[in-house]
Amino acid sequence: MNMSVNIAGVEWKNPVTVASGTFGSGAEFEKFVDLNKLGAVTTKGVANVPWAGNPTPRVAETYGGMMNAIGLQNPGIDLFCERDIPFLKQYDTKIIVNVCGHAPEEYFAVVERLAEEPIDMMEINISCPNVNAGFLAFGQDPKQVEALTAEIKKRAKQPVIMKLTPNVTDITAIAKAAEAGGADAVSLINTLTGMKIDVNRRIFAVANKTAGVSGPAIHPIAVRMVYQVANAVNIPIIGMGGIASAEDAVEMILAGASAVSVGTANFYNPAITMEIVDGIEAYMKKYGFETVADMVGIVK
Amino acid sequence: MADNRRKENAVVISQEMIADGIFSMWLRTEAAETAKPGQFISMYTNDGTKLLPRPISICEINKEEGALRVVYRVTGENTGTKQFSEAKAGDTIPVIGPLGNGFPLEKAEGKKAFLMGGGIGVPPILELSKQLKNCEKQIVMGYRDEHTFLKSQFEENGSVYISTEDGSVGTKGNVMDAIRENGLNADIIYACGPTPMLRAIKNYAEENGIECYISLEERMACGIGACLACVCKSKEKDHHTNVNNKRICKDGPVFLSTEVEI
Repeated sequence: MNMSVNIAGVEWKNPVTVASGTFGSGAEFEKFVDLNKLGAVTTKGVANVPWAGNPTPRVAETYGGMMNAIGLQNPGIDLFCERDIPFLKQYDTKIIVNVCGHAPEEYFAVVERLAEEPIDMMEINISCPNVNAGFLAFGQDPKQVEALTAEIKKRAKQPVIMKLTPNVTDITAIAKAAEAGGADAVSLINTLTGMKIDVNRRIFAVANKTAGVSGPAIHPIAVRMVYQVANAVNIPIIGMGGIASAEDAVEMILAGASAVSVGTANFYNPAITMEIVDGIEAYMKKYGFETVADMVGIVK
Repeated sequence: MADNRRKENAVVISQEMIADGIFSMWLRTEAAETAKPGQFISMYTNDGTKLLPRPISICEINKEEGALRVVYRVTGENTGTKQFSEAKAGDTIPVIGPLGNGFPLEKAEGKKAFLMGGGIGVPPILELSKQLKNCEKQIVMGYRDEHTFLKSQFEENGSVYISTEDGSVGTKGNVMDAIRENGLNADIIYACGPTPMLRAIKNYAEENGIECYISLEERMACGIGACLACVCKSKEKDHHTNVNNKRICKDGPVFLSTEVEI
């Protein structure tokens, strides 16, 4: 049996990574998990310069999930390259750097800066719901997605994953646009834009008013979208959205994901990724799957 | 690397309501081994619809018994804290801890100290009052009303001054009113409580040039410094992002008052 997966030419030892923004660059989780046991670490979004993020409160609990509007607080690419990449290089795992920006030039600056860095892939965040002009609107327009993907591909030295928003009428149109622009893979879904009001204080629960909903409550939506996208494009899909168990991860793979990201669950069980890696292996043994690829998208 | 931290099932040793809506619980947990005053634990419900941790300050530490005491307020019906309050001896509560940095005890050596707590910021001051040595301890506690929980235990550890919002016990008003009414002064302050109280203490300390440590709170998602939800504005660039946002869970919850804006 072989747990490894090949995502756009990059061989991961297993199909499990973490969703950007839920794992920092791994340092905070080092004492809870064996980072060597992850297929890849996907880092929190990094921009060309440091971003301070949104006012607090930045999170709220929702039924079976949570919502956040952190606002992509990040140290900027210089400190990231100096500190976070060398930290991750100590481990035997693939490094996926999530890239964010307010405008195309900001994305390009980060992508170009990463060219000479020892990273394995990059994931382009065109779907953050919490940053003004944070390209959510951009990520909702197929023409712009295709154009930005093509521009990034011209500059990128590593495979490019475009991370898609679920806050659209038809996610397959966006996925096809990313594919047409030359994306090597797509990842989905980012959070669903939501709102929560504290009825006792009559204020918004999160200072940003709107916030991205994640967690087990949104898992079925993510599975549906992965299934739709898998039937629309021929590039690999990294599936995410409320994965909290090996069963959830397998479900996403059966729907069409070649790999999975664990997000919100890291917050309430920092060692959850280890359980999920072991659980996928157990599932494969139980049902006699030789490779992960044998399971991808087989439920039609 | 791995395996030295984990989420564990702490076992409830005992629980009682010690004031209206305020519960005291002793837990058997690995977190007791290394816990320090001013640190907190993340407590999780056993309810899959309530996923995020409730960060609860440590009220007392019993290393010999491997036990921690938490004193917390039930914030309403259908809340996680309501569920905790229904736990009986032998039940388990998932926890991660100890988390954050505690109060710097050594700074009080040979000094006259204020130990100030307000509302549900009172509990962490108890273990602090037990562990502070070689200093004059003036414990100033602010409550809503006559339910002056933990007061008798504080009296074993220093001189106690009480303020109540309704004036039923001690000074009518807040902890700052109690200081004024009793003509107290100090060289160092440790405080935990609601933000308006901490703001008043911070201003008082800075006007009078007093070294002051305050314990902050904010909603958290991870409790371990990864999610960047619980930040506060800091004077210096923070270590993580190099902006001016310190993480309350990881860089705090105790800060030197001049280091943060609240």
